[in-house]
Amino acid sequence: MAKKRAIGGIAGIFLDEATTIKAATRVREAGFTKFDALTPYPVHGMEEACGIKRSPIPYVTFAAGCVGLLAGLALTYYTSAVDWAINIGGKPMFSLPAFVPIMFELTVLFAALSSVGAFFYLSGIPRVDPPIIDKDITCHKFAIFIPENDVGYSADRAEKLLKDLGAVEIKKMAEY
Amino acid sequence: MLKRNQLVLGNKTLKDVTDDICAPIERVPSKEWMGLFLTAKGLFIFYILTIAMVVSTGIGLLGVNHPVAWGTMIITFVFWVGIGHAGTLISAILFLFRQKWRTSVARSAEAMTVFAVATAGIFPLIHTGRPWLDFWLFPYPNQRGPLWVNFRSPLLWDVFAVSTYATVSSVFWIVGMIPDLATVRDRAKNAIRKKVYGVLSMGWRGTAKQWSHFEMIYLVLAGLSTPLVLSVHTIVSFDFAVSGLPGWHTTIFPPYFVAGAIFSGFAMVITLMTLVRIGFPQFKNYITIDHMEVMNKIIMMTGLMVGYAYGAEFLIAWYSGNDYERYVFMNRAMGPYAWSYWIMICCNVIIPQLFWFKKFRRSIPVMFVVSIFVNIGMWFERFVITITSLHRDFLPSNWGQYAWSMYDTAILVGSFGMFFTIFLLYLRIFPAISIAEVKPVLNVGKEDEHHGKGH
Repeated sequence: MAKKRAIGGIAGIFLDEATTIKAATRVREAGFTKFDALTPYPVHGMEEACGIKRSPIPYVTFAAGCVGLLAGLALTYYTSAVDWAINIGGKPMFSLPAFVPIMFELTVLFAALSSVGAFFYLSGIPRVDPPIIDKDITCHKFAIFIPENDVGYSADRAEKLLKDLGAVEIKKMAEY
Repeated sequence: MLKRNQLVLGNKTLKDVTDDICAPIERVPSKEWMGLFLTAKGLFIFYILTIAMVVSTGIGLLGVNHPVAWGTMIITFVFWVGIGHAGTLISAILFLFRQKWRTSVARSAEAMTVFAVATAGIFPLIHTGRPWLDFWLFPYPNQRGPLWVNFRSPLLWDVFAVSTYATVSSVFWIVGMIPDLATVRDRAKNAIRKKVYGVLSMGWRGTAKQWSHFEMIYLVLAGLSTPLVLSVHTIVSFDFAVSGLPGWHTTIFPPYFVAGAIFSGFAMVITLMTLVRIGFPQFKNYITIDHMEVMNKIIMMTGLMVGYAYGAEFLIAWYSGNDYERYVFMNRAMGPYAWSYWIMICCNVIIPQLFWFKKFRRSIPVMFVVSIFVNIGMWFERFVITITSLHRDFLPSNWGQYAWSMYDTAILVGSFGMFFTIFLLYLRIFPAISIAEVKPVLNVGKEDEHHGKGH
């Protein structure tokens, strides 16, 4: 990470949800593709405005759930019927109905923990000292950030666009 | 069309929401909080000492003996696990049903779940008698064969169910808190606070991509927690139902236990929320009387469900024609433990009927008292189930009483010290209302709600 040159850019600060969504739509229409919108809470319609695809986390959940189910089956089968089979109350060595709770719990456990892992990976957290555009973005302000490596970027153009869209403040960021 | 009531009162702006919710964690604790905390902490220390005595001397200090080999430990374990269920119901199931009112109480309810399960988890671990060998509960390769655990036993299903539940609930709670911790981090005035919350918030920034993934993981975890929470108390009920004992061996147990768990859990949420509203008056705008009323309705409904289950058990005991089954139920209502049975009926079935009246549903003192009664009643429900079935089974020569000792009382009372100590600390360390979830519902019920937003 240390070698990688930090990417800077221009950020515009907005004061309400509706203006930010409109601005994000217009920034996208202006041809920018790598811009990002920062909001204090999940804003409905922001994904469409920014052109963000549906999160792939459910695929991870499903795959990990299947692994968990099979792991539960393998664990119970191997320990109860193969490795040291003990006759308990005359029940079959491989008592599938009795193993269902274990398989179910492991399905949920694997699915949940792997999904959280996928969430961390996809959202780029944990991250040490993330650059903060404005302290109030986690409270009551909104921001749109256009990085300098975006298509057709020039500092003046980005600044003018954000101002025209209703940004109350423009910030030049050295690192994002 | 019916008008919705406002979910948040007082015409709050986004900044007000942040300020109000962060206030309790950014100021010197109030005298009330200190008083409560020191009391809870004292009780917690007492609890630790009790456990130390029980572990060092042996569980013979408790009343468990032949024929009643399951006592306070199991009763109180089931009680605390049940408390936790309402938290998951609010945070996961009501989320899936898109109940917007849940946002204000979801955080604290989920916290209650995590702490209640932590409190519950201690009991079976001590009840094994040799808690230093508790790792034997898990299947791990060992030098004794390897000798594996018995996967056909409901007690082992319980190990898996409760530990999975504890893990997934904690993860759900912590992940849901990340954006709010970032809010606290960005408001922090001193360096240590900034560092601590910086670590806890894991570098969250609130970009559109992060929110997109966040909403998805929240949905996924809610979807996973829903069947999980139902499975947990089902499996806890299997501890009883899979045995052959009259009064335990019934198919009604899983739904009956789950309903009872939600019933007692909501009562605990009401108890805690009334206290939180008193301790932090600014929260009254977020946890409104409307919220409390909705929860009281759920208490009444689940109370009727457990009432129905009590009746159905009697009917089936009679209808089955099984002498032992019939005797156990007659013995419950009229035997030596009849007092506990009637405490249970009064607290769980009769007292919640007050909530038919809107005036009582919306009265803080009334709901506080009722919620305490429900908590007592639900503890006694588990007492009735556990003790009455065990103390008189098939052969009269095998009958006996539960020899309740002062250590039973100490363990039971002390566990509240542990729960409240952790809960009070939580109120001072984490935002007790979900900031990022409340902000989007600020406009619900306001006149200008429908200005082109796609709700």
